[in-house]
Amino acid sequence: MIVKILNLILLLITPFLMVGLIRKTKAFWGARKGASIFQPIYDFIKLMKKDSIFSSSTTSLFKIAPMINFACIVFASLFAPMVMGQSIINIQGGLILFAYALGLSKFISLLASMETASSFEGMGSSREACFTTIIEPAFFIVIASIMALCKVYTFDSLNQVIANSGSLGILIIIFAIACLFIMLVVEGARVPVDDPATHLELTMIHEVMILDNCSQELAIISYCAAAKMFLISSLIATLILPLSLPFWASLGAFLAIMILISIIIGTIESAIARLRMSHIFEFVFVMSSLALVVASLVALKLYGV
Amino acid sequence: MNYYVMKNNQRINLLDIPTVNFESLRAQLIATNLRPIAFFGSDWGENIKLFVALADDEKGEILVTSSLIHKSIKEYESITKENSQYHMFEREFYEQFGIKPLNHPWLKPVRKNQDDYEFFEMQGAETHQVAVGPIHAGVIEPGHFRFNCQGEKVYNLEIMLGYQHRGVEDLMVKNPSNQLVESICGDSVIAYSSAYSQLIEALSETKITPRAEIIRRIALEMERIAIHIGDMGAILGDIAYLMGKETYAVTRTLVINTMLEVSGSRFIRGLTTVGGVNFDISADMSEKIISTLDYVKKTVDKMTNAALNSPTVISRLEKTGNISFESAQELNMVGLMARSCGLNIDSRFDFEDVYYKGIERKAFRATNDAYSRFRIRYKEVKDSIKIVKKLLEKLNKLGNQALITTPNCLVQNSFALSIVEGWRGEVVHIATTDESGKISRYKIKDPSFNNWWGLSIAVRNNGISDFPLCNKGFDLSYCGFDL
Repeated sequence: MIVKILNLILLLITPFLMVGLIRKTKAFWGARKGASIFQPIYDFIKLMKKDSIFSSSTTSLFKIAPMINFACIVFASLFAPMVMGQSIINIQGGLILFAYALGLSKFISLLASMETASSFEGMGSSREACFTTIIEPAFFIVIASIMALCKVYTFDSLNQVIANSGSLGILIIIFAIACLFIMLVVEGARVPVDDPATHLELTMIHEVMILDNCSQELAIISYCAAAKMFLISSLIATLILPLSLPFWASLGAFLAIMILISIIIGTIESAIARLRMSHIFEFVFVMSSLALVVASLVALKLYGV
Repeated sequence: MNYYVMKNNQRINLLDIPTVNFESLRAQLIATNLRPIAFFGSDWGENIKLFVALADDEKGEILVTSSLIHKSIKEYESITKENSQYHMFEREFYEQFGIKPLNHPWLKPVRKNQDDYEFFEMQGAETHQVAVGPIHAGVIEPGHFRFNCQGEKVYNLEIMLGYQHRGVEDLMVKNPSNQLVESICGDSVIAYSSAYSQLIEALSETKITPRAEIIRRIALEMERIAIHIGDMGAILGDIAYLMGKETYAVTRTLVINTMLEVSGSRFIRGLTTVGGVNFDISADMSEKIISTLDYVKKTVDKMTNAALNSPTVISRLEKTGNISFESAQELNMVGLMARSCGLNIDSRFDFEDVYYKGIERKAFRATNDAYSRFRIRYKEVKDSIKIVKKLLEKLNKLGNQALITTPNCLVQNSFALSIVEGWRGEVVHIATTDESGKISRYKIKDPSFNNWWGLSIAVRNNGISDFPLCNKGFDLSYCGFDL
């Protein structure tokens, strides 16, 4: 029970801190002092106090979309494993609920951005939808392969890879992490896929979809984007961390992985340029290839050569 | 050919400029392969006097001619149809005097009546239009960009400018001053104020001291260094290459802060005045400038090496926004952008500026893309650092000289033209005086006037997401165009 409450608290706070830490890392590489890592929390509070303005071309869908988005994220997170590899609700098929709750949140935000009738937001939605169609099957292949390997059809299977496959499991884990990391970069709208820092409406993907949102809606949407990043990171953490760790060690290792992932993302953003739009699709397709490698390795383990 | 041949910064009598029949002028303009630098009208009693200036870059000469068009004439056969270099000039002339060039391929507004204009539209399955502006998302300056795309690919970009209506040319006739001219285009302060000062000095036949001349040129090169470094950072910022963005931004600050110490303004406002300059550069100061520039060069070298060895940067810059040598020539592009396309025009060297004598003009291997636009800035920063050092050397040898020479009165019935190679390209100022010695017409041509159309050509057949990168590479001025 304590772990489950802790998970909920982590879900509410860690996403902000991850974003803050990424920005701090970027500032460090840019030889700047940078804002405090709590800045995203201050920004959230500031935005929550503001009044909303809605474009006259939008309907009520646009107004409720951020709330649906938020509900979907929270719902998805109930099934995602976090500290100690435990999820708040652990049921068979949690994977499908998780993936499609995220899918629904994206669907709603696509609809809402099209509602504004802005030509930029249409472009952003088309790009975002395109990436999702590539990511979704790859994500299923990875997680479902691992479930098949462990013969456990809940998210718990993620931390039983080593136990079920021995040394081959290390390979599986490495490829699965690579896969999830690409998904993290795409869903979190980070470099080299998207650039959250330069506000060029013609090149943005995620940011351009929320051009017409402000105040509380914007605050919630920003939280949701960060929370998605946190959820995928916690999948990665579950893959890495062994089951046998005691509570405190497990919690510490979990947080350490979150910090590490944020620093890695920040460093990548400082070191390389963003990809050309036509190359981003190729980059996202790499995830599919990696997912197939994971599936093949699992098949190798289960059925032999 | 019936022209009057003049030099840069020279005053000539209005009567010396031949007035030719318009038909023969048109035939001459079509036949010549010299590029036009001015084509503008002036109110002349019951006529409109059309002045045309052509640049002969090889000989370093400017050819001036004119024609009288009676106000009852409302149309003429377009020159653009035969020689596309006149396309902007004819549109501007039509807008200012209402004489219509017949069969002009695209006679659309330059600075007026944009609301009545119907934009070019592409139709078909999966085509869409993206309209940006005129209010810019970053609240910079107003400009409207209309993209016709299919999916991510841009088929045509139409750019509409001229939303500011400041009436600069009229203000320059009524009440010309250095303060006004410095505000016309705030990123080319020295280029504009030098062009204006040289023009007034030419019209009044004032000879200023070599010390003042050299200080002006040092400031011009410092402006070039600062803006180029800033732009290199902006180009890398647009492709999310953080390290480059931040490093160049810091380095640029060093350069503009040096100018702050010289003139009290980071953008070098208030340095130039008619008759000379307001601030001196002492021997101590020149030491300081040299040591700053040495450090700047070291940092820029290192950063550029790192950036141009980064595969992700190269992959974004190379083959993005190509514009061919032929297109650049047909569009009459000038300055930095022309040089990045292989057109070797640089008025500092073409028009034999004595203070640039002994400075080597280095060749540039143009690749015509965003990569070329990045590299040419690096090349010009390096060149300009060398030029500043040479100029400082010359300055220190001069010894004490007056900074300001009191200007004489303007000579009546004169025409003068001044070209200054600002960082963006040639800034052309032209003025005529009337019989009482007052300015009767003031004409300004910013390099952006020539180059905006180049941007829309460069974006064609590229991804719409590459537009910001192309735009930063061109880095054209809205206010320099709008006037």
